Amino acid sequence: MSRKSWQGLILVAAGAAGTAALLGLADNYVLRLATTVGMYAALALAWNLVGGYAGYPSFATAAFFGLGAYTAGVLQSAVSLPFPLAWPAAAAVAAAFAAALGGAILHLRGHYFAIASLVVADVLRELTNMWTDVTGGGMGLNLPLLDVGGVAGQARFYFLAMGLMAALATLLTWWTDRGRLGMALRCIEQNENAAQVIGLDTRRAKAAALTLSGLIAGGTGAVYASWVTYIDPTDVYDVLLSVKPILMALLGGVGTVAGPIVGALAFLALEEVLWRNVLEFHAGLLGLLVVLLVLFLPDGLRALRRRAAAGG
Amino acid sequence: MTYLQVLINGLALGGLYACIAAGFSLVWGVLNIINLLHGSLIVLGAYLAYFAHQAWGISPFVFAPAAGLALFLPAFLIQRTILERVMGKPVLATLILTFGLNLFLDNAMLYGFKADFRKVIFDPPLGLLDLGGVLLPLDRFYATVAGLALVLAVWALLRTTHFGRAIVAVRMDREAAALMGIEVPRTYALAFALGAFMAGAAGSLLSGIFPISPVASSLYLGKAFVICVLGGLGSLPGVIAGGFALGLIESFGTLALGPELALTVAFVLLILLLMFRPTGLLGRQGFQ
Amino acid sequence: MGTLLRFAGVARRFGGILALAGIDLEIRQGEIVGVIGPNGAGKTTLVNAATGVHRPTAGEVHFEGRRIDRLRPDQIARLGVARTFQIVQPFPRMSVLENVAAAALFSGGARSLSQARDQARETLAFCGLQEREALPAAALSLAGRKRLELAKSLAMRPRLLFLDEVNAGLNPAEMDAALALIRATAARGIAIVLIEHLMKVVMQASHRIVVLHQGRLIADGAPDAIVRDPAVIQAYLGNRYAQRHGTQATP
Repeated sequence: MSRKSWQGLILVAAGAAGTAALLGLADNYVLRLATTVGMYAALALAWNLVGGYAGYPSFATAAFFGLGAYTAGVLQSAVSLPFPLAWPAAAAVAAAFAAALGGAILHLRGHYFAIASLVVADVLRELTNMWTDVTGGGMGLNLPLLDVGGVAGQARFYFLAMGLMAALATLLTWWTDRGRLGMALRCIEQNENAAQVIGLDTRRAKAAALTLSGLIAGGTGAVYASWVTYIDPTDVYDVLLSVKPILMALLGGVGTVAGPIVGALAFLALEEVLWRNVLEFHAGLLGLLVVLLVLFLPDGLRALRRRAAAGG
Repeated sequence: MTYLQVLINGLALGGLYACIAAGFSLVWGVLNIINLLHGSLIVLGAYLAYFAHQAWGISPFVFAPAAGLALFLPAFLIQRTILERVMGKPVLATLILTFGLNLFLDNAMLYGFKADFRKVIFDPPLGLLDLGGVLLPLDRFYATVAGLALVLAVWALLRTTHFGRAIVAVRMDREAAALMGIEVPRTYALAFALGAFMAGAAGSLLSGIFPISPVASSLYLGKAFVICVLGGLGSLPGVIAGGFALGLIESFGTLALGPELALTVAFVLLILLLMFRPTGLLGRQGFQ
Repeated sequence: MGTLLRFAGVARRFGGILALAGIDLEIRQGEIVGVIGPNGAGKTTLVNAATGVHRPTAGEVHFEGRRIDRLRPDQIARLGVARTFQIVQPFPRMSVLENVAAAALFSGGARSLSQARDQARETLAFCGLQEREALPAAALSLAGRKRLELAKSLAMRPRLLFLDEVNAGLNPAEMDAALALIRATAARGIAIVLIEHLMKVVMQASHRIVVLHQGRLIADGAPDAIVRDPAVIQAYLGNRYAQRHGTQATP
């Protein structure tokens, strides 16, 4: 078996073992942490498709996440759609939006693409704020509590639900990485003009990546909404939901399957340490952490591994 | 409300908006860095002006250059030590870096100043100018005139002084500039510091009109973006045009859709512009 | 021999500059056509007009009877028109094999990645790159990268191939090898348009030569005829070359 296949197998085994251990042994607090890890792993993988593989610095992850959260929220609260239907529907809506957005902005490069994608979340947030009849506007939206047991039951259920999102995201990324789309995105990232010259329809490939990104992020948002049972626009369209996944993917290694997952784990572990010890100013310290990461680990954790291997 | 009043409302902020965006445009055009720190620098300048007014009664419109100067040196150092290391790196690296710096500064201000909005209160209030039925608030008038004056001053600086022309040269051709003896890293740092100066000054002017709080920093950043794309990147005349354009858009947008949506309208316009005419209304490359 | 590519009154303006003016040109199956002309004559613009990089401001381009001047570059590529660039455009961090496999996958009719890689290996063998298939493209020498560029084009199974200054920067031995490869390619039935500065190469390789000068086609014919054409001598070849080949130059 190739090295990549071994890595994949190890990842799956580790994931399965970890999941079993957590379900059996962990308390609710740890389960909640693990659920957050699953959520951000999914978001980091979602970003990675566009930002890592295709090299387009997307800041639209928050837009897709929020859209998924609100779609699921509205469907469940207003129309009483059960979650097994609401969640996929929300993901589909976010995916459709991503496809449309792709048509509008994927011809932009570099900074212009980044800004346009950044601004989309703001626009969606304001529109959500305005549409009070449907979304509850600035006062937020309450979601029905799912009947999955008491506090412990809830904790386990959402841990599995987010874990499933992360697993789906991983599967989609793995499928992309091995197939035509992955090849296409790598070509685009390394030389977009050359990619066109060899007959690749770059618009379609980029749009596919953005759509998948929207699908995953939207689905994750939907699960999140049910998890927290109350959402408001500033909460789910927060720019940090776009930035943190990028940092995680950068940390763990962009353009790979395992990178975003490892990055999410490492970043959240770091954040947890910060949070535990420095309650008040932790967001500011997060800013410093980000600065340090960019300055000293531009290649992410891989650089550390390489240095360790080379110099010991 | 008459259309003339709406028009005046829109124009009344144009110069101020130009000042808000000028520093941002300069840094983007010369260093190719989108400075996500810009909004926070504006807010910091506003706080400095607020405290100066509390302590010594200085008008924020007069204090503007001082607020700018206060930010000049720290910004120079930040560019030299931190940002210089990511010059030339991909867009993502510089964006995330300035994002991190912004997060730090925003939260530092929140911690220090708390989130409640402060307002510079003029006693007696500045009042309005009555131009035959159309009202022009004097605070906005002063801010816009001062803002415009600052932008024009910087424009003159870029064209006439040695260091100003170094900045333009470095933007046009970094290697040629270096060959001609221009010290490129120092010029970059000066440009960034100048951008911070403009931000601080703009913040000071703002504090005379609007309530300030660290939570408003992304609002001003957003306006700066829109103005730059509207007016075309890398030219100060473009920034002035963009500033007035945004003022008018917001004013008419408020008329049509209410005040909360004014910036959203601007953002939608931004996306539309990026889709169809990324070079903006005046559309020029290279900083002039 | 059928007409493969036809330029009909093609013009291309860039702001105030008319890079191409009223080009009428046909490329037929099985031909090797050399395109020569001084710098700025419009040679690369001609290729760009045919491959969808620039849309002609006037006139039409037809490939195999079908109008292509409005199509995107990737669409034209999939129709069977390939090109190389003066400044080579590889995928630097992908291996030589992957570079060519990509071309086979997106234009060459391969239906899966593994089929694409098989096709790529064949093409690499034809181009003499099979030993280096695992190297990253950026690690090749200039000659190697030019070969890779050619291999990518061939993996697309084109019927028409534009070679833009494929010999620039090569030493004489490398150039001879390149020439042999070009001839072998033509022998496979692919029409070739060879844009070149180097007279030796063009004269040896082409069935027909076309001369561009300031965006206009000033001559179109067999190599021997071109060399004697007064307009060409004036514009491009210079009197010394003409003298060396026993032609009287106009004073």
